[in-house]
Formats: sequence, structure tokens, C-alpha cells
Amino acid sequence: MDRAFLRRCLANRRISVSLAILALVSVAAILGPWLSPYSHDGLGPLRFAPPGAAHWGGTDLLGRDVLTRALMGARISLMVGLSGALVSLAIGVTYGAVSGYAGGKTDALMMRLVDVLYSIPRLVFVIVLISVLDLRVRAALVGLGHPEWAPQAKFILLFIGLGAVQWLSMARIVRGQVLSLKERQFVLAARALGQSHAAILFRHILPNLVGIVIVYLTLTIPVVILEESLLSFLGLGVQPPMASWGTLIAQGAQTINPIKSYWWLLVVPASAMAMTLMSLNFLGDGLRDVLDPRARR
Amino acid sequence: MRPSCRRPEHAEPRKNARPVVAALLALGLAGCGAGRERADLVFINGVEPESLDPAIISGQPEGRLVMALFEGLTSRDAGGAIGPGMAERWDISPDGLEYTFHIREAARWSNGDAVTAHDFANSWERTLNPATTSPYSELLFYVDGAEDYAKGALGDFSRVGVRAIDDRTLRVRLRAPTPFFLELCAFQTHYPVHLPSIARHGIDWIKPGKLVSNGAYRLVEWRINDRIRLEANPHYWRAASVRLKTVEALPISQATTAFNFYSTGVADLTLDKGVVPPMLLDELRKRPDCHTAPILAAYFYRFNVTRKPFDDARVRRAFAMALDKGFIVARITRNGEPPAGSLTPPGIRGYDPPAGVPHDPGAARALLAEAGYPGGSGFPPVGLLFNSTEQDEEIAVAVQDMFRRELGVRIELRRQEWKVYLNSLNRIDFDMARSTWVADYPDPNSFLDCFVTGRGNNRTGWSNARYDELVDRANRTLDPAARFALMRQAEEILVAGDVPIVPAFHYVGVKLYDPDRIGGIVMNPIDEYPIREMFRIGGGR
Amino acid sequence: MRLAGAPLLLLAVASLTFLLMRAAPGGPFDREKQIPEQILRELEKKYKLDGPVHEQMGRYLWDVARGDLRLSTQYRNRTVNELIGQTLPVSMALGATAFAIAIVAGSVLGICAAAAHNRPPDYALMVLALVGVSLPSFILGPLLMLVFSFWLGWFPVGGWGELRQLWLPALALSLPYVAYITRLVRVSMLEVLGEDYVRTARAKGVSEARVLFVHAFRNAALPLVSYSGPLAAFILTGSLVVETIFNIPGMGPFFVNSVLNRDVFLTGGVTLVYSALLIAFNLTVDVAYVWLDRRIRLD
Repeated sequence: MDRAFLRRCLANRRISVSLAILALVSVAAILGPWLSPYSHDGLGPLRFAPPGAAHWGGTDLLGRDVLTRALMGARISLMVGLSGALVSLAIGVTYGAVSGYAGGKTDALMMRLVDVLYSIPRLVFVIVLISVLDLRVRAALVGLGHPEWAPQAKFILLFIGLGAVQWLSMARIVRGQVLSLKERQFVLAARALGQSHAAILFRHILPNLVGIVIVYLTLTIPVVILEESLLSFLGLGVQPPMASWGTLIAQGAQTINPIKSYWWLLVVPASAMAMTLMSLNFLGDGLRDVLDPRARR
Repeated sequence: MRPSCRRPEHAEPRKNARPVVAALLALGLAGCGAGRERADLVFINGVEPESLDPAIISGQPEGRLVMALFEGLTSRDAGGAIGPGMAERWDISPDGLEYTFHIREAARWSNGDAVTAHDFANSWERTLNPATTSPYSELLFYVDGAEDYAKGALGDFSRVGVRAIDDRTLRVRLRAPTPFFLELCAFQTHYPVHLPSIARHGIDWIKPGKLVSNGAYRLVEWRINDRIRLEANPHYWRAASVRLKTVEALPISQATTAFNFYSTGVADLTLDKGVVPPMLLDELRKRPDCHTAPILAAYFYRFNVTRKPFDDARVRRAFAMALDKGFIVARITRNGEPPAGSLTPPGIRGYDPPAGVPHDPGAARALLAEAGYPGGSGFPPVGLLFNSTEQDEEIAVAVQDMFRRELGVRIELRRQEWKVYLNSLNRIDFDMARSTWVADYPDPNSFLDCFVTGRGNNRTGWSNARYDELVDRANRTLDPAARFALMRQAEEILVAGDVPIVPAFHYVGVKLYDPDRIGGIVMNPIDEYPIREMFRIGGGR
Repeated sequence: MRLAGAPLLLLAVASLTFLLMRAAPGGPFDREKQIPEQILRELEKKYKLDGPVHEQMGRYLWDVARGDLRLSTQYRNRTVNELIGQTLPVSMALGATAFAIAIVAGSVLGICAAAAHNRPPDYALMVLALVGVSLPSFILGPLLMLVFSFWLGWFPVGGWGELRQLWLPALALSLPYVAYITRLVRVSMLEVLGEDYVRTARAKGVSEARVLFVHAFRNAALPLVSYSGPLAAFILTGSLVVETIFNIPGMGPFFVNSVLNRDVFLTGGVTLVYSALLIAFNLTVDVAYVWLDRRIRLD
């Protein structure tokens, strides 16, 4: 990426604003739980206290600080989102690059497989997979001598599982780019100089894809965050006392009733999540516009 | 916006989709809506019933409907007390071993056939037959020879202690005097089923139009996950006393949804505690439509006594003493639940349950130190197994906090999905696990029998010969007072001696209904509410 | 060729689900009260879950190939075919309505935004669209219920059987995609609006509405058609949650429960139906795309 590109990015108001919001959310997620006088799983004496001076986001049934919990939830959701997107990036870029570079029958076959995978309900498999593999991954972690990681089994499954079903778009896009790039002069030149395929792919082609890959990475993160929270909403998410946004929102959704709404239980995590998703979507959009001026209007 | 925005008729994809959507809508919404009259009573019944076959079901939502559809030799009144049912009277031999039931003249199936003593004998045979795969058949094992027959040791059912003397006389011989046998006769496992229609329809026999039942109601409609509609059975022997002519059960298991249905008037009544949003308990308990009563059910923790560190009774005791039950009921469950010392809840007449282990964090720390873990140091990593029903999660979080604070032990929370959790319990693959036990019949034996050596529901690996002997001797004792004294001694070992389990609290049931509009509901510890006893006040809908 | 591959793909889906479910800890017959050994064996025999796993799977696939999805292990007196037969139309009706709302409302709003390009309505719509995209159905559902059921009392809180009960869940399911489609349509409209043939049409005195909805939108329809494949998949996933929130007797809640209850054949059956639906839908979309593409080029 060159300087001009970065400058154009920062000049774009959408990009700069959403970057600022994301930075804010990330810093809050990282520092917030430390700075907060409450711990995310510490029980407090106040039950269902509405937002106020002591608890900015109110408290829940056990007197836990809702804001602190939402910030801890942010850590988990962002981490799942980022790692899931990275997993999808790794698979998608490799698959797409190989497919596009190989071309011909291999390419046709590989893209056919992507089409097939597109047309099966992938999240349905993730649900089955998470439910099935939880105990096995746990046992494996203990077997590997890391019993302290065992509680995180579901967490690991979540981002691997979600990443593993999100790579299809990435693969398609990368493949298209590689397909056109490999006919370009500098690639042909490199090939004429007798460089190996791997070298051509990694040294000449992939660096040209950084921009577009970042755009789709940005757009994949919100998708993974959303799917994780959907799974958590269905009760398949991380283990308590950890809680992701999805878990918190699921609890908050229970407050929607006609007699007594503890609205902050829904509003605090939901707005944190909506704000993050919105910034990520804005960011991805803005980056795509800068990168692909044809779509910019 | 421009005026043009109002004319979207040229949107291509929609044009093609329109007839499809219309057809789907018609299909999806078919058979309902217009013409449906609201039932006299609409109640929320928890999950979608797994079946309505009395031999197959095991859950409460199923039991409730089956109790409306079928009737045993005895039946329960509004307050849960046992009275006559299909049998108008019975004689009990002095040794308490032989029961002779006299079936009433007017006992009829919903198709008009007479209900006979043979129907009972044949239905019990069906339930005991392993091929029927009844999960609850063990409740028939009190009948002499029944267990041998069910386990294949006895091939000839005529040697099992149940015999139809004639159409209206059923003689039952028990293997031991069973003071709660009449209670069992009102339970689903002992209901008769209409065998000719089972032979004719196979697995479809429980469906509307096919199900022949002998209770106060018959089944008229069953839309999966949507509603079940019952209508008063005109052939029922006391049909005149059944006041609600149509009843609908809505299968809703999510508490918030259930409450929203109730509070917007879609439903009149909720019977499950599970469908009352725990978050609203503080508010609800102030309202006149909220009715609570203790029920015979316990929330308790199992220890795995087969592996470290809970193989040491001192460690178990220390944990039991550190458990602040008062906090759980005051801060989390908040429904007036009594903290539990014993497994058997109070409220069984004549039985005085032991006090159990007191809450004493100081003594708990001392005991833990004595066991080799002063201040929790060196304590191996242990997990607390639970599943996510109702408030398990909050309770688990609170309990984790208690043990950390009082004992310096950090336990790991292990939430598992229902089936996985059950599987872990069965294989005794846990350190500490939360559990619930609901009485099948109002007698301490329903609780204490679980922990006899080798019982399928023991699930702790615990075995105590003295305990086994006491429970066995109690069940051979005819005198109620002497029997309960033996039971109490046994329970003392369970909750104060060896402590393979720690009771946390006893449940309190919650029903929501407007007492000015619905009558015939009497809060009772058996947690059984026969619909045939309910009625609308003022006759209005 | 794609049509021929579909049955194979479905068999692969069935095998995968079956193996996953059988490998899972906890079985369909684990119950609150432990079941005696003898009964357990009878159950396994009855549900054809006895013998080595590969034989179990072979028999299962054979049954599936013949259209028999077997008995549910949870709902003891019902076949999976019957369960799906009763719940699928409900899910389809909800899904189709949500789909139609997303396409129609998204197109109209997208066209409006494009027509008002770079003026306040456009900005407002774009901000709304981004908010919409960021509000998943499990947040929208409870919010819609709060506003339209409890505050305004316009719609019931859930349930199924009347037309009134359809709108809130359909909205919760479709709004995020309305937002996405608005953006999609706006961009492709803007691309076309500057083209010659549109200018010619305007010059000829064709009304602005006709220019927008007929001439320009036709071109914008292509990306919309290709998006409808993923859209169907998203709506399907979303229905798992929305049906639970609004207590709708569709396949969604059944599916999640069947996985948790280890109801092998119900999970298998529902997964198969979901896959078959998506495969069929995607095939249709492909055909529609080619057809539409040709028509547009001919014009």
C-alpha cells in the first residue's frame, strides 16, 4: 500500500470516523475492565440497579456491573470476530490464489466446490459441529498438557468453525484478482526469468492483493461477530462466567415484557455491538470505495 | 422522497414471486385463523410433548395432558389428594400386600367401550414389556413379579401379581407393603390404554381422531409446536362435573415468550415454574395473579466420590458447609424457596427430615485444612457441572464466588448441553454437579431410593451398606411411624454423615392466573393440577 | 450437471450429519432418570442404532435415498417426514414473506436513494441502511415486539395462524437485508443512471418514474438476483432465532432443539431439507440470472 492510498483513506470521512469509533471500542475493551472498579464476574449488593453514577450501565441480577460485562463481552466478541476473520482469510486467500494461479481444470473444479459449499446451510453445520466437538476439544487440550485452556474449548471452536465457513467470498475474490494479475507483464517477466511458482505467487501476486484482502477482512469481521452472537443467543456460545455480546443480548432480550423492563440489560450490550458492526461496515465500505473508485459515488 | 417511490410494481423479482408467496402463505397459515373459537381455558404447557402415550412419557408437560386424557384406578382431586378414579372402591389385605379394585359400572372409553379390569392388566403388561421401551416402568416394579418380567427373568405374565378376576375386579399382589401404592395408581405408568386402537393405528394411535382415552377429555387437535386442543369427553363417568368444555395447551418453553403470551391475554394460565421469567419474580410476587406453593422437589449438588478430591468426606463436608444456601434463595431464585438441609422436602405428612450440615464457613476452612488443603492451597482443579435450565447459570456463578471467598478454591464452571450433561452424570464424569429431583409420589422413598447402591439414579459412585439396609428395612415395615424413623436414619447418613450430596434448596412452584376469573386450582406440594377440576368464574370467557 | 450432482451432495450432507451426531457425546436416549440397560438395547434396535456405525449409516442412507427420514427419537410417535411436513410450510411462508419484503422494500428504497442522489433523503436512507445492517434480528425482534406489541398494541406478541402474526417476525427477519439491498440497488442504479440509453429515454420525454423503475432498474436487477442466493441462506439462518423469539411453529426451533437433544434423524432430516431448499433455490437463481442477463442484452 502506498502513501497516497493511506492519505486518501484518511481523507475519507467515513473511514476516519469509523476508525476512530473502532479505536475507541477496542481501547475501551482492552483497558475498560482494568480501569473499572468492578470485575466482570464479581457479585455486588445491588440487584437490577438502573444506570447511575455508581454503575454507568446499571447492574444485573447478581449485582454485576453491566458496562464492565459489556466491555468484557467486547473483548470476546472482537477476539472471535478477528480470529474468525483471520482463519477465513488464511483459508480463502490460499484457496483462491492456488485456484486462480493454477487455472484450467483445477480452477474449474476448485470453484465448483466453492459453488457447492455456497449452497449448503453452513451455519447449520457449525451448530452441529460446536455441539459435537466441544468435549473432544476439551479432552484434547487436557491431553496436550494444557488443562488451563480447557475452559476456552468452545471459544476456540467458535472462531475456527465460523472462520471455516466464511472463506468462500474471499476465495472467489482473490481468485478473480489472481486470474487477471497472472497475465500481467511483471508476472510474465518473472516467469520468463525462471522463478518458481511459489515465488511468483508470494512475491509478485499476493502483495498486489493486500488492499482488497483488507477490505474483505474488514467486512468479514462483522459477519463473524454477528454469527457468534447468534450462536450465543441460542445458548451455544462461550462458557460462563465469560460472556460475549450475544450472551448478554440474549439475557437482555428477556427483559422485553409489558410489566417491568430492565432495559439497560439489552441496550448497553446491543448498542455496543451495533456501533461496532456499523463502524466495521462503514470502514469496509469506505476502503472499498477508495480502492475501487468505480463503485464510489 | 419523490412521488415515484410509491409505485414499485415494476420490481422484477417480485412479479414472479407473488403467486408463490401467496400459495405458501395459504399453506403455512392453513387450517386456522377464521372460525376458531377461543377455548374455555388456554394454558401454557412448557415444551412440545414428546408423546401422549402414558407408557412412554416422562416429562411434566406430557404428564399434565395425559392426566387430562386418561384416568387410573385412583385419581387426584384439585388439592392433589388421592380419591377414586376408574375404581369406585378397593379392599386392602391386612398385611398390605393385596389390593382388590372394583371398577365402576360407568367407566367408559371415549368411543363408548367399557373400561375393564382386563384393560388394566393388559396395559400394565404392555408397559412392562421391554419392547414398549417405557422409561418409567420401574414404578410398576412394586407389583410382585413385575421386575422379573420386565427384565426377562420371567417369561409368563400370568405369574405377575396382577389379575383380572372378572371385567370389573382387578386383584394386585405387591412384593412388599407399599404405603404409597394408591398414589402410584393415579400416575401415568398405571393408566390403561385402549389396546385395540394401538393394534389398529400403530405409532399413530395418539393422534387426533385416533386416540381413544378414558379420562375427562379427548384429543381433538394437535398442531406441532403450536397447540393441542382437548374437548370434554361425553363418556367420562363424571362428565357432568367437568366444567371447562374446551381446553388448549400451548407448547411454549421460553419464559419471556410464555409470559408475554400470558400477559397479553392469549393464555389464561401458566403451570410451569420454568415459564415464569426469573427476572420478573420481584415484581410478580407482589401481584394477585401470582400463586406460589412449595413442591416436593430438591435442588442439590452431587459429589463424585470416586475421585480426588471429593473422595474425602472431609472435603465434601467442607464444601457443604461453605455453601451459602440463604444467599442463593434470597438473591437468585427469589421465590420464597426454603434453604434445604435435607434432600427430602418438608411437607410429607409424618416425616421429619434431618437438619443436614450447617452453613459454617469457619468450620469449613478448618475441615479443608485438616484434609490437607489449608486455605485452598494445593487443591486440585475441579469443575462444577451444570446445564442451562432456569437459573443454573447464575447459581453456578454465585457458588463459584462462595467457594473462592470462603475456601480459597477456584472451581471451574462447566456448562453442558442437556444430553451431554445427562451423559456426564451417567458416566459419573464430573467433580461436582448440580441436580434436581422431583418426587414421583409423596414419600421420602422417592428421594432416598435414588442413593441405594447401584441404583441408576445414584450417579455419585457412593455406596453405604448401612444406608442400603435402612432403606430396605423401612420399605418392609408396615407401621408408618416406624418406617419413617428408619427413613430418617438413612437420610441422616446421606445429608449429614457421608455427604455424597449437598441439598441447596427446595423448589417453590409458581402459577400465574387471575383468581377472579379461574377457579378450581388449589396449590399443592404434589404439583398436580387436574384440569377437570378447574372452572371459569362468572361463566364469561 | 449441477442438477445431477444435487442428490449426491444431499447424500454427503446426510452422511456428514449422521456421523457428527453419532460421534457427539451424549446420546438420544440419555434421560433425566437413567434408563435400564434392557430398555436401552430395545430402543437402539427400534431406532436402528445398533451394530457398527458404518452399518448404521449405510442403512440410514438407504432409507434417506428412498425418502424415509425415519422416526424422531425425541417425538416418539412421529416420523421425521411428518414433523417436517407440518413445520416446513410455516417456515417457508415466513421466509418467503421476509424475502419478498427484503427485495421489494430494498429495491424501492434503493431507487429512491439513487433518485435523490447526494441530497438529504439519500444521506438519510444510507445512514438508515447502515444502522439496519448492524441490527441483527435477535435485537430487532425484541425491539419490534416492545414497540408494536406492548406500546402500540398493533400486533400480537407471537404465535401463528393469523395474518397479523406474520408481520413482526417477517420484519425482524428482513429488515437487515432491506438495508443491505437498499445500498446494493442504489449503487447499481447510480452506475446506470449516467448511461446513454437513460439519457435518451429522458430526452424522449419518458416520465422520471418510468426511467427509474423500468429503464434503470432493469439493469440494477442483475446484482439483486445474484444476491438473492445468499439472501435466502441468511433468512434461513435468521429464522432459527426469529421463530424462537416469536414462538412460531416452524422448523427453526426444532432444528436447534434436535441438535441439543441428539435427535439424530430429526437433525439429519432438517439439515437435508435446508440443504435441498438452498440448492434448489441457487439453481433457480442461476437460471434466472442467465435468462435476465440475455433479456437485458437483447433489449
